[in-house]
Amino acid sequence: MSAALELDGLKKSFGQTEIIRGVDLSIGKGERHAIIGPNGAGKSTLFNLITGRFPQSDGAIRLHGQDLAGKAPFQINRMGLSRSFQITNIFPKMTVFENVRCSLLWSMGYRYNFWSMVGRSRALTNGADQILEQINLTARRDLPAGVLSYAEQRALEIGITIAGGADVIMLDEPTAGMSHSETDYIVDLIRTVTTGKTLVMVEHDMGVVFGLADQISVLVYGEIIATGTPEAVRANPKVQEAYLGEALEAH
Amino acid sequence: MTDQFTSDPTKAAQRMRAGSMVIPLMPWGIAAVLLMVLPFIFTANSAITIMNQMAITIIFALAYNMLLGQGGMLSFGHAVYAGVGGFACVHIMNMDDFFAGIPLPVLPIFGGLMGMGLATIVGSFSTRKAGTVFAMISLGVGELIAACSVIIVAFFGGEEGISGDRTYGMPFFGVEFLQQIEVYYLITAWLLISAALMYLYSRTPLGRMANAVRDNPERAEFLGFSARWVRFFSFVASGFFAGVAGALFAVNYEILTEENLNTTQSGLILLATFLGGVGFFFGPILGAIVFTLVQTVLSLQTELWGFYLGIVFVVTVMFFPGGLAGLIMMHVPAMRLGKLGRLGIPYLKTLGAGAVGCLGGAALIEMTFHLRHASAGDHSMTLYWITFDSHTMLPWIVAIAVTLIGFGVARATAPALAEAWNDANTPDGTPR
Ligand SMILES: Nc1ncnc2c1ncn2[C@@H]1O[C@H](COP(=O)(O)OP(=O)(O)OP(=O)(O)O)[C@@H](O)[C@H]1O
Ligand SMILES: [Mg+2]
Repeated sequence: MSAALELDGLKKSFGQTEIIRGVDLSIGKGERHAIIGPNGAGKSTLFNLITGRFPQSDGAIRLHGQDLAGKAPFQINRMGLSRSFQITNIFPKMTVFENVRCSLLWSMGYRYNFWSMVGRSRALTNGADQILEQINLTARRDLPAGVLSYAEQRALEIGITIAGGADVIMLDEPTAGMSHSETDYIVDLIRTVTTGKTLVMVEHDMGVVFGLADQISVLVYGEIIATGTPEAVRANPKVQEAYLGEALEAH
Repeated sequence: MTDQFTSDPTKAAQRMRAGSMVIPLMPWGIAAVLLMVLPFIFTANSAITIMNQMAITIIFALAYNMLLGQGGMLSFGHAVYAGVGGFACVHIMNMDDFFAGIPLPVLPIFGGLMGMGLATIVGSFSTRKAGTVFAMISLGVGELIAACSVIIVAFFGGEEGISGDRTYGMPFFGVEFLQQIEVYYLITAWLLISAALMYLYSRTPLGRMANAVRDNPERAEFLGFSARWVRFFSFVASGFFAGVAGALFAVNYEILTEENLNTTQSGLILLATFLGGVGFFFGPILGAIVFTLVQTVLSLQTELWGFYLGIVFVVTVMFFPGGLAGLIMMHVPAMRLGKLGRLGIPYLKTLGAGAVGCLGGAALIEMTFHLRHASAGDHSMTLYWITFDSHTMLPWIVAIAVTLIGFGVARATAPALAEAWNDANTPDGTPR
């Protein structure tokens, strides 16, 4: 299995503090990879480095073998990587439908087009409506996204992330703050929409992690202390000691 | 053409796909007919002059709103693009051989291209960031180019500016644009074309992304769009239409001076646009109409028109950030419920009284101004068609009484208005 995403000695410091302290990781094509770890371990920071939100201090990131150093988020997105955010990050004043439609524009080839009407494109409208159907927001289609409930906004966040058809999907705590039934729904959704794609996911809910992931990496204080199948990670004494003890017993 | 930010035309389009494009085109048809017949209603030359000015301001305000309302870019120097387009057009008017070969109605294209060219240069560095950085650069560039008017005299004509003669152009189907009314139709044709193009632009992928970048530039970047390029393209498009407005100014007045591109002018277009409302496509149109009326009609009545305009602007910013358009669209829910009529009487009571209070307040301001500034011994002043002696007590007592009673009644009836408002916005049968 060739690697979709490779991290090579990745480091990041904010001022004096080193937050990511040399991460090596290889995520295969089509793999569903969960990154777990205690609060403040640097999981979101790792996401921000991979997606170009922050420049790394040292080391390399490769997407499908291509070095991402110095690339802006939009360039990385065009290479087929899309992400969601831990703190909901949508277009609050635009309608739910428009949120999704905007996320389809680039991948459907509209780019900086100013000579065709968005409303006239069947493909665009149908594409956006299909996504809305998938994320169960059809009934909210024409409301401003900002008035949706928290769980609905989380679903929209995922919809926006997957709409563009990227083949590497990165989700930062997709189920945070959701109820049990909402979580189950989102897990099913993630499973369906990421079939055949590479998924990298930060998640605190161990039920979700063990239900979805093929591979798990444990990040503690900016270092990966273990990577492997759920069973291997569960059995790893270092992991149990550092972090997972109780959480794992529960499963 | 109403709420471009919150709703989407596709659903309506689906519903009446079998029907036609009639409904979305209706406002445009009405506007076209209205523009055609207006000169027959207001026939005076001065009225036509005001309407020309209004149409030019509308185009400029719409262009400005491509930045402010749709792109979230606050510019303090947008007059520069209109001004430079206008100057270029006056120069073309003065290039005898060239001008004789092109009909006047084509001239605004050159103005537009000039505005666009300048916007391309400035936008290449100013649109990198939105927010304060963009605003400061726009101000700096605005000042810089306004200062150029006394430096590059060959282009800007120094303090007198430059003038030309529009009638030297190639006759357009026999029309030589000697008369105001011919110019009126030229300007309104360009108004319709420009407004339609700017509206259509807002419905293109780039136009939609301008909104997205305004709301959340970072998220737009994670969807494959460079926020900076989206802003840049909006800026260039806005520069084009500002240039068209400047060209029409050149056609109408045949003279351009430093006043056309200084920061005062830039501030006024910001004011007009905001007054009308930046959140809706038609907002700047309303703003430009009201602003031009204040600037032309009210300024004949009082020297203090700028003072009143300032008050209105501050009140708008503080209490009605949606502007006139926002105020109008606020009534849509009540209208949908068919209960708009219930607001009539309460509005009349409160707003009527408030208006009386405002007139009283304005009288006090005018009288104070007269007291301080009229030449010595000149005690007689005329206000609201009444002539009186500003140094006697009676007019002051009357004005103070009118002000107090007006605002007092407005305040006393306000709760009833609030009640009526809630009622009009609650569907019948809903327990409250
Ligand atoms: N932009 C920044 N500037 C300075 N420090 C930062 C910045 N972003 C994150 N940090 C710090 O880096 C550390 C790791 O933060 P990060 O958000 O990556 O943790 P996390 O693993 O995602 O935690 P959580 O589970 O709470 O989401 C924290 O101590 C945080 O304060
Ligand atoms: Mg985090």
